[in-house]
Amino acid sequence: MGDRKTPLLDELEKGDWPSFVTEIKRAAAKNQGAADLLAQLECSYEEKIGHWKHGGIVGVKGYGGGVVGRYSDEPEKFPNIREFHTIRVNQPAGFFYTAKKLRQLTAIWDKYGSGLYNMHGSTGDCILLGTSTENLQPCVDELAEIGFDLGGSGGAMRTLGCCVGQARCEKACIDSMGIVHELTLHYQEVIHRPSWPYKFKIKVSACPNDCAAASARSDLAVMGMWRDSIIIDDEAVRQTVDGGFDIFNRVIRKCPSEALDWNQEEKRLIVRPEDCVHCMNCVNMLPRAISIGHQRGATLLIGGKAPVVKGAMIGWVLVPFMSMEPPYTELKEIIDKITDWWADHAKNRERVGELIDRLGLAVFLDAIGLKPLPQMVRAPRSNPYIFWKTEEVERRG
Amino acid sequence: MAKTDFGPPDYREMIPPIIRENYGDWKYHTVPRPGVLMHVSQSGAVLHSVRVASPRLVSSDWINDICDIAEKYCAGYLRFTTRNNVEFLVADETRLQPLIDELDERNYLIGGVGLSISNVVHTQGWIHCKSAVTDASGITKSIMDEMTGYFTGKVKVPARLRIAVACCVNMCGACHCSDIAIVGIHRTVPQVNDEMVSRVCEIPTTIASCPTGAIRPNPKTKSVEINPDKCMMCGNCTSVCPAIKIMDPVNDGVSIWVGGKVSNARTAPMFSRLAIPYIPNEPPRWSSVTAAVKSLVEIWAANARDGERMGEWINRIGWERFFDMTGLPFTDKHLDDFTHATTTFRSTTQFKF
Repeated sequence: MGDRKTPLLDELEKGDWPSFVTEIKRAAAKNQGAADLLAQLECSYEEKIGHWKHGGIVGVKGYGGGVVGRYSDEPEKFPNIREFHTIRVNQPAGFFYTAKKLRQLTAIWDKYGSGLYNMHGSTGDCILLGTSTENLQPCVDELAEIGFDLGGSGGAMRTLGCCVGQARCEKACIDSMGIVHELTLHYQEVIHRPSWPYKFKIKVSACPNDCAAASARSDLAVMGMWRDSIIIDDEAVRQTVDGGFDIFNRVIRKCPSEALDWNQEEKRLIVRPEDCVHCMNCVNMLPRAISIGHQRGATLLIGGKAPVVKGAMIGWVLVPFMSMEPPYTELKEIIDKITDWWADHAKNRERVGELIDRLGLAVFLDAIGLKPLPQMVRAPRSNPYIFWKTEEVERRG
Repeated sequence: MAKTDFGPPDYREMIPPIIRENYGDWKYHTVPRPGVLMHVSQSGAVLHSVRVASPRLVSSDWINDICDIAEKYCAGYLRFTTRNNVEFLVADETRLQPLIDELDERNYLIGGVGLSISNVVHTQGWIHCKSAVTDASGITKSIMDEMTGYFTGKVKVPARLRIAVACCVNMCGACHCSDIAIVGIHRTVPQVNDEMVSRVCEIPTTIASCPTGAIRPNPKTKSVEINPDKCMMCGNCTSVCPAIKIMDPVNDGVSIWVGGKVSNARTAPMFSRLAIPYIPNEPPRWSSVTAAVKSLVEIWAANARDGERMGEWINRIGWERFFDMTGLPFTDKHLDDFTHATTTFRSTTQFKF
């Protein structure tokens, strides 16, 4: 740490919430890179500007991504972060760890890197923050020895992610962790060797509560779904209502499709399954009394993304229902069709949702062999500008 | 050569025996106290999960500390959540209270479950990103110092509230669908270093990167020029061409967005919408941002009905009343003029005065 003062950052050690500044200082006590990181960050706080250079490609043998180059723009002042690269380490599905595994990880990162981490990055990787170009290869080699592989970066399939699913949730319609693990192993080539126009993200949430934020941030969202009726335990409903629960305002009135009614005489909740849109509210509100149905699978949504380049999108329904049984062959087939079409047609940095927006949903569905369904739209078109194919009309005169 | 492409550690080796035995068989859960989940299996097995806050950016020492705790109380098993919390997985119920006592004693914050403000999802910021307009960790820390009571359950809220911080408009994470999103923005047109462009940038790629067509070639300088009337300061060109610089410490700052959600519960997922277009960067404590977030939370908490997320509350009362109640000015900046703009214009006379 030396004698460099960080009065601005020290302010962020005050207060009740755990402090990242304290964490950088703990790492800085053992690592010069972390110490320089702290000093450079203090400069950013003084000057209100970042001090990392644009780009710089680094790599490790056998991989086209997974490590991200980072260089200080003031290497003379902060020589220990002249190179301060990121290693994206693919997290175990559901972010489950044993203490033993984490201790192996910290031992290696203390040896080769800053001793700083993001647990976890936005996409889900365990992010190792900061090491030299020279240390990348031995670090990645030793990580491999303890069973940690790299995640994705660049124009690749990015590290997959999911909610906790069947590991610890009664609402899970699908095995989100199992699906993510299987897809991750299956798609190692496209995760590790970027060959696409831009990133492609897949996230899996085991129910429409979407705890993995799949529909907002993944090109392909896999979301658990059931297609028969919710299951109501009448006695448990009665007990909850007798206990003072406001079933009218919290459940019946909130049902978006008015699929629920209350029989006051019998104190019984009645569902019309054909009207249910699987929103989860009643299941969430009455976890002991209402549960998801028996016929379980997933809805696929396509095109979710953050604003860059053409604006943010929330994924659109692509497949209303797909069975999800290992080894998830049908899911893999549709992923391959989607990514093949997208890789063939997209411009540089064009996400699949933007490509569909540009070329049309009908063109996309045709290319991947899916039939249009009313579940895919809020409403049919309201303009008369319909494209007719030559084979759909009689030859003119 | 070392082995490659073997994938992450198998989660089946990372989960505790109680989860392995009850995988897919959980029956229901309750929240016996703030920050603690109790899951009950069809088999009758009971698993307690104790959730604690993390600063997300952590040291090896911090990880080793939580490993010590997990080994002492949870046979070494723990997990992280999608919102950067840590969960200690307690299979032996007799270890639950001693765990909570030790966590309290060591000043870990237990909370973030159910009706609460959970941990902030945020991006890298000045700490380690080249395109950061602000420091996401600093803003997060400043906000959550104010919101700790909402995390631990001391202060009650009508529904969940998700806060996200993105240090630029790339919005890593699902920032654009959060109840409250804080996003770093630029307000000045990028500057082009002509000599450097001609050396290091692909001009067609640079031109194509602009979503509004504001960039055109300048054959004289073998560079490009930016039409300031068309530029919306998104920074896309700076991602593909390092010779174009957009950072402006005087004018850069953050914007605040409200009412987004990803869950399908009750209402469909929603985007966050602009509430405050600009607040200057105020390190180290971002006091204006923190005050604005606090005020938004308090107004929502005081007025929303039970179970109503920020966006659901706003949709019920209407944006006109939202701006009225919050006292925030509604300006030209709130009018969308990008790709989906017309979908936001009101085509009904159903509004409030």
